[in-house]
Amino acid sequence: MIVETGHYALALALAVALLQSVLPLWGTRSGDSGLASIAVPAAITQFLLLGYAFAALTYAHVVSDFSLLTVAENSLTTKPLVYKIAGVWGNHEGSMLLWVLILATFGAAVAILGRGMTKELRADTLAVQGWISLAFLCFILFTSDPFVRRFPAPFEGQDLNPLLQDPGLAIHPPLLYLGYVGSSIVFSFAVAALISGRLDAAWARYVRPWILIAWIFLTLGIAMGSYWAYYTLGWGGFWFWDPVENASLMPWLAGTALVHSAAVMEKREALKIWTLFLAILTFSLSLLGTFLVRSGVLTSVHSFASDPARGVFILVILTVFIGGSLSLYAWRAPSLSQRGLFAPVSRESALAVNNLLLTTCCATVLTGTLYPLALEALTGDKISVGAPFFNLTLGPLVALIVLLIPLGQSLAWKRGDLLGAAQRVTVAALGGLVVALVLVAIIRGGPVLAPVGLGLALYLIVGSFADVASRIWARGQPARVMLARAVGLPRSAWGAAIVHAGLGVTLMGLAATGWGVERIATVKLGQGIDLGPYQATIENLRSRQGPNYSEVLAHTVISRGGAAVATVEPAKRSFPARQTAVTEAGIVTLGFDQIYISLGDQHPDGSIDARMFWKPLVTAIWIGAVIMAFGGIVSLSDRRLRIGFARRAARVRPAATPAAPQPAE
Amino acid sequence: MTSLCRIILLSIVLAGLAPSSARAVQPDEVLPDTKLEARARAISGGLRCLVCQNESIDDSKAELARDLRLLVRERLKLGESDEQVRAFLVKRYGNFILLKPPLNLETAFLWGMPALMLAAGGIALLFGLRRLQSTPAAPLSQAERDRLAALLDTDTLL
Repeated sequence: MIVETGHYALALALAVALLQSVLPLWGTRSGDSGLASIAVPAAITQFLLLGYAFAALTYAHVVSDFSLLTVAENSLTTKPLVYKIAGVWGNHEGSMLLWVLILATFGAAVAILGRGMTKELRADTLAVQGWISLAFLCFILFTSDPFVRRFPAPFEGQDLNPLLQDPGLAIHPPLLYLGYVGSSIVFSFAVAALISGRLDAAWARYVRPWILIAWIFLTLGIAMGSYWAYYTLGWGGFWFWDPVENASLMPWLAGTALVHSAAVMEKREALKIWTLFLAILTFSLSLLGTFLVRSGVLTSVHSFASDPARGVFILVILTVFIGGSLSLYAWRAPSLSQRGLFAPVSRESALAVNNLLLTTCCATVLTGTLYPLALEALTGDKISVGAPFFNLTLGPLVALIVLLIPLGQSLAWKRGDLLGAAQRVTVAALGGLVVALVLVAIIRGGPVLAPVGLGLALYLIVGSFADVASRIWARGQPARVMLARAVGLPRSAWGAAIVHAGLGVTLMGLAATGWGVERIATVKLGQGIDLGPYQATIENLRSRQGPNYSEVLAHTVISRGGAAVATVEPAKRSFPARQTAVTEAGIVTLGFDQIYISLGDQHPDGSIDARMFWKPLVTAIWIGAVIMAFGGIVSLSDRRLRIGFARRAARVRPAATPAAPQPAE
Repeated sequence: MTSLCRIILLSIVLAGLAPSSARAVQPDEVLPDTKLEARARAISGGLRCLVCQNESIDDSKAELARDLRLLVRERLKLGESDEQVRAFLVKRYGNFILLKPPLNLETAFLWGMPALMLAAGGIALLFGLRRLQSTPAAPLSQAERDRLAALLDTDTLL
């Protein structure tokens, strides 16, 4: 019964989405504010309905209601509760439901928090959000209904794919979807601005927190996915330039460019039209990612389900939204006025260059991902574009970006002083150079790129704080004054410094992979294997029974200089319900380094195949991403950017300047 | 869903092709000569596993990938250069096997894309800047002038 009401709520949400997508626009176009104000309750109702539908599906998973097809195909009575819940989105139907639920969450958030926005902008934005919701609810109900029943119900389910039975499943997809779908609200803002023709600094101020929120989630989602792949796949790789990975990287690159251009727009009212374009681009790339993953167009056996009907449906959605919004852009954008003067050497210019480089990165990833597809369609020739291509093309671009970040950050708005900025980052540059040289001297014969990368990383970490430091530091001032200045600096300045330093930390981890050690060997029990400064010894093997699997564990001691520093138990698990085996890598974190051990076949003589790694500084890759997300949050807490701030400001303003004109357009 | 899909795919490979937990590069494949082995790893990292999705044969658990890894090592032991090994495999399987596509007429746009984009974007940026320089600042509207006057009259700013 609960399941049926969930299904009903889903259908009802479709009806509400239809209202939300039509009536508010009608209202704002015809000047009927009553009609326009329907947007807010509609968005909230839709969120409640979808929340209920999602809860009903979760309930079916938790109580193992195998009369539901998706539950029967993906669950098992003995499966641990956390995976019963995470299993809700561990399949195509459920994950699409999560997708629209998050979409509705953002819609409701704008409805509730957006009281400071002009009524018209809020109504239009929510209407556009309604279109997206409408499209995807149709997709779910017509091609991917999670509430399909199956009679007679099977006695037992088929269990969730063992590789998905991991805490990663509980965290990664929701984070990534919050990032993907978060960009939808930015898209809706952009389209609303195009429809109304009103685009000013206030718009940038409303929309910037949402851009940041989506960016923070996307950053965390990608990092989480990468770490998950790293520890589950068993060969220590963390990024594969796989089309599905690229699909999440592209919106991240476009979103990063968007964060920067929106900053210019908010501060200086420049780059307006470009910002709109990026907003449309970011969500378009998110949609493209959904399409690539869901349709299976890139790879026939990829993804949860590659039903051609689904692929075609999403392709239609994709065409309508991307094509439609770009046409609207081409039609309306020229009528929006550009403002904001700045000199060629200025923060604005630096950010424009940043945008150029980031969009080039994005275009390179896009071309590399789709080129084989296009070439095969046009000429029938098959080529592969893999990691070597991306490393070779993106490497120099990223290096250039990293070199320019501290410089750009040190330039003043409107008219900057390149020489002064260069002086301010000299310390960082020297530091990085010295480190690189010292490392080259110490580890001669090692990989060339590793010390160079590390030098760049340190330059970036130190250089990120050059701007903040120069604003705090003054010769002869007491520490108290400087501390007061540090506290008084806008949070967004701190946020920027922290994010950029986080990128440096990630880069440090990436550079250090060059020094890693890998051993592939058949190991006898008690035999020590050298891994850089460490030694790993598998002491014994034992079996254990888990709830829905059985496993063999290898008790391994890690020692350094003869003294044991850690123990770890890599394992091989077999899941009888699916007749599959997975390896659970044993990972020990020592400082920022990791020892990574994954098991292979056992031999009759008691020895076992193992792949062992020493990965110096590898955790820095993900720590850096977390620092970046933290920097984003710091920036988000800036007074100017708080979601409610525009509202409070708007309330105060009329009293202060009675005739405050709307920002002219 | 990046890794999710990859994982699912892998599980298909796992379930379909290798019921035992066969793995990427196994100990019995490793060449005793460490220099030769390092070359073999470098080569196989750039070769696509033909039955997988976008995985190199160095990472893949598929049987075919193992065969190709052994083949690469065989050819290296015969004294062939890295280039010769690659050429041999390209002759057999086509350019599809190379994860780094060769530069030719077909891939010129692919390889030229970043430079093209930078150049086009750079020129657009320069022109945009020049145009900005030549546009005079918009004169103040009457409302803005009034507001400025009001602000200048009051000394709340200072």
